[in-house]
Amino acid sequence: MSLVKKFQEDGNVDAHENEVIGESANVSLKRSENIIEVKGVTKVYDGVTVLDNLSLGIKRGQFVTLLGPSGCGKTTLLRCIAGFETPTEGEIYISGVPITDVPPFKRPVNTVFQKYALFPHLNVFKNVAFGLKLKKISDPTAKKGVRKYTKAEIEEKVNNALKLVGLEDYGHRDVNSLSGGQQQRVAIARAIVCEPQVLLLDEPLGALDLKMRKEMQIELKKMHERLGITFIFVTHDQEEALTMSDIVVVMNDGAIQQVAWPKKIYDEPSNAFVADFIGESNIFTGVMTKDFVITILNKSLKCVDKGFEKNEKVDVVVRPEDIIITESHGNGQFDGEVLSTVFKGTYYEMEVLASDYEFTVQSQKEFKQGSKVSLEIEPDNIHIMKKRLTINKYIGKVVAENAVEFCGGTFEIPTTDYEVGDEVIVYVPFTAVELTDDEEDGVIGANVTQSVYRGTYFQVQVFTDSDDDFYIDTSDEWDMDDRVGIKIDASQVRLERYSPEEEKSNEEEQK
Amino acid sequence: MKKKSASVWLVARWIIILAVLIAIYLPLIMIILYSFSTARSVGGDFGSFTFALYENLFKNDNLLAATKNTLIIGLVSAFISTILGTTAAIGIHYMRRKVKGVVETSSQITVVNAEIVTAMGFFLLMLFLRETVGLPVNKGMVWLIIAHTVITTPYVILTVSPRLKQLNPNLLEASMDLGAGPMRSLLTVMLPQLAGAMVSGFALAFTLSLDDFVVTSLNTSANIDTISTYVYAGLRHNLKNDIRALSTIIFVIVLAVLIAFNIMKDKKAKQQKLK
Amino acid sequence: MKKSKSKVFRPTAFAFPYIAVTVVFVIVPLILVLVYAFKGADGSFTFDNFAKVFTDADTLSQLAKTIGIAALSTVICLLIAYPVAYILASSPFNKMAILSLLFIIPMWINFMLRIFALQSILNLFGIQKGFWAAIIGLVYDFFPYMLLPIYTVLLNIDKSYGEASRDLGANSVTTFFKVTLPLSLPGVISGISMMFMPVFSSYAITMTMGDMSSNVFGAKIATLFDLHNYGYGSALSFVLLLLVVAVMFIGSYFSGRTAKTLKRGKVL
Repeated sequence: MSLVKKFQEDGNVDAHENEVIGESANVSLKRSENIIEVKGVTKVYDGVTVLDNLSLGIKRGQFVTLLGPSGCGKTTLLRCIAGFETPTEGEIYISGVPITDVPPFKRPVNTVFQKYALFPHLNVFKNVAFGLKLKKISDPTAKKGVRKYTKAEIEEKVNNALKLVGLEDYGHRDVNSLSGGQQQRVAIARAIVCEPQVLLLDEPLGALDLKMRKEMQIELKKMHERLGITFIFVTHDQEEALTMSDIVVVMNDGAIQQVAWPKKIYDEPSNAFVADFIGESNIFTGVMTKDFVITILNKSLKCVDKGFEKNEKVDVVVRPEDIIITESHGNGQFDGEVLSTVFKGTYYEMEVLASDYEFTVQSQKEFKQGSKVSLEIEPDNIHIMKKRLTINKYIGKVVAENAVEFCGGTFEIPTTDYEVGDEVIVYVPFTAVELTDDEEDGVIGANVTQSVYRGTYFQVQVFTDSDDDFYIDTSDEWDMDDRVGIKIDASQVRLERYSPEEEKSNEEEQK
Repeated sequence: MKKKSASVWLVARWIIILAVLIAIYLPLIMIILYSFSTARSVGGDFGSFTFALYENLFKNDNLLAATKNTLIIGLVSAFISTILGTTAAIGIHYMRRKVKGVVETSSQITVVNAEIVTAMGFFLLMLFLRETVGLPVNKGMVWLIIAHTVITTPYVILTVSPRLKQLNPNLLEASMDLGAGPMRSLLTVMLPQLAGAMVSGFALAFTLSLDDFVVTSLNTSANIDTISTYVYAGLRHNLKNDIRALSTIIFVIVLAVLIAFNIMKDKKAKQQKLK
Repeated sequence: MKKSKSKVFRPTAFAFPYIAVTVVFVIVPLILVLVYAFKGADGSFTFDNFAKVFTDADTLSQLAKTIGIAALSTVICLLIAYPVAYILASSPFNKMAILSLLFIIPMWINFMLRIFALQSILNLFGIQKGFWAAIIGLVYDFFPYMLLPIYTVLLNIDKSYGEASRDLGANSVTTFFKVTLPLSLPGVISGISMMFMPVFSSYAITMTMGDMSSNVFGAKIATLFDLHNYGYGSALSFVLLLLVVAVMFIGSYFSGRTAKTLKRGKVL
């Protein structure tokens, strides 16, 4: 429980705090039982960092889900645990034993693959028996103290496993003649019959249709309870993750964003990425006026958070179902007009324009398009998160009277106080950056890595060829992985003399 | 009117097909025919029907030896290259893109290179191994088997690779995950999936070996002939008529094997349809 | 943090035996060809062998002649194989599997035996050993190799292309030249590449069917080899190697271009 508590305490998980998780996990290794321990694992493929100094502890017997968008590194992490990938750096422990150099066929884990990977030349029984036939069990009466399973034992175990997945009479069947759901069950039986300490599941329900998937979700959950072993489940489906897991690990860009139980992930997302990825949300930029008071959209609201600096800029998340919508009475927190209403089966989802912000609101009660409404938010439904960055900051060099070089490009910026050759810190506000469709139109090229809607604008994150991040506030949505050019409005850029010692202290201050 | 022109077109197409088929098969048919005659040249006075050439063939020790050599070299090199090529294809299949490109390209060198250059290279390698490295290598059967293995292996890779691409990408991993080591995974999981492609690869390697002349010619010793080098020498000097009998036997065997193979393939396809 | 060296088995290791074989028996021989090409009779480093390649009129004329023979025989073979492939891929012939098999069977019979059979027949028709007999021999030998790739490509062209073309008002001749022929070019290029360069080494055919006028470049290398003149032979091999690379580049340029046209065709 100590591990979970630790997560409860830190709101924000970023690269630095991953180490904190590692430490706390290390401590809990001695007290509670951590079956899997991932310590500082980095994986680089062809120069691309897929996992970035990632640490994670998983408790024995838990159902843990690795959740994130495609390409976030969740499958790579699973494959590192299974032994199909070797981390470029870092170490993985299973039950306290380092296994980074142990080949997959000697690890006490088994995998259920995304496309099942059943052996097409073997029937159902032989597929399930495959691992058992290879297994050596300790037996003091045998010659070397170990022996193989007897035929009768194998038969019993296989039949039990098939029974568990509901395929008792399918042993003789050709695996190619089974339906997707049945193949899935055989794959699970094949893995659990080996009695692994940890069962790894790599998006196992991805290939099934919706109805089948729902059924399997329930069955997997039941199976987990009956077997009592640790499940590590990889998925990109947030609903699946929230319904099935004891603990959800949200990942993005090869780093852990948040580790918590499902309800907490939903109610208290640790940052804007998690809030945006899990469920629908209204995301605002707010200012902490003082403890327990937040200002969003020029309105001061009560909240339950404290401990921020005075007037610190923060991200604010409010779930659509947490906004109380009533007929307009003129003095709500926000008053506005319904733009659209859609019936979603059990509730209505409405877009409401108030204070120049498009709120998404869910309610049992319908408000027709065009009707005037008032919106209220309870203090404990306002989730406040530290902003990761409030301004883009780079180190550059003055190369001419009106030009500064940084991030691999030369930008035209008047450099009144500086001489050519001076090193400077360049502050670029999120609003000073302009993205161009054509890479050629910008000064430097970049790839879009994230685009989060903040109600009135999009916050776009791009990754330049010089390996720098740019955050841009813009009214346009940009597609992930698009190539774009970057232009900068010189009038908004601020320069500061750069000295390495000062930089260090600044950094600490920011922390 | 239109119908008539369509049928004229059909007849014209049949004529072209048949003309080319006759051009291809007339020489072979004449050889088969005259394998039962002692006429000095094909097309000459047939004389009486006789098995004399066949009797001669089985007394012609040189030709029989050449046939035996051809078969030994073909079977042994095809066997080795099937194993080497299949394991190579599996390894290449799991490589990362950059390394994969390099290995795939170098595996195609002997395929695209002029055969005479490859042949010359093999000979120079033998000189180098014998005279500089000091290994006891010589022109002859063993060296020919090595050379044929090297030139046929890329074709096995080309035959097996497409089948690998159709397989479930996690098959090998699934086997290792369940506790099977690399060799066991190869033998009990991968090879059963690749059996069909390996048979095709073996057949291709075997026929390529049978057909080879240039590499064989430059790397064989004076007393070892294959069918290719034997006929080549004979055509330039004095080829005995019993070569007609050998041609006939080979032609009949090839035809029988191909027909059997196609019947088997049809049966399999029908069985699968029934399923 | 320590850097963990991978001791874990990777499936790529299955390719290691073959990579070793390729290095020893393919890469090293090519290096040896280069080494010998720069080696004089006394074993010292020399440019003489290469100088001789470009000053020996006989060698140059033989190279030019071989290019001519290869081009001529390839073109003749293509002109026969394309119509046959086209007919075999068209209805009703495309349903006769045996028919196409008949064209492929010769591939499985030892080529020297087929050349022997052909020579017997040419004698019967009064065609003597010589230049044209050699060309006929080359065409006869390489015919299935030219036919097969063209036939395969033509057979796999989606029928709807032709139907679309006719639907848009093109007659059969226009459809053939504007649609079928461009789409079948990859097969044609593949067929050409299976014949053009191999002809350079096919001296077994030209020496038995032809005379001095039809001698190919490979024969020259083989002769030098018989005379133990490895240095000059290696220099000529190296020239041939450069030619192979050049032809490959031209081939990939053309097939790349057709691939592009095909892609563009898809978009349209």
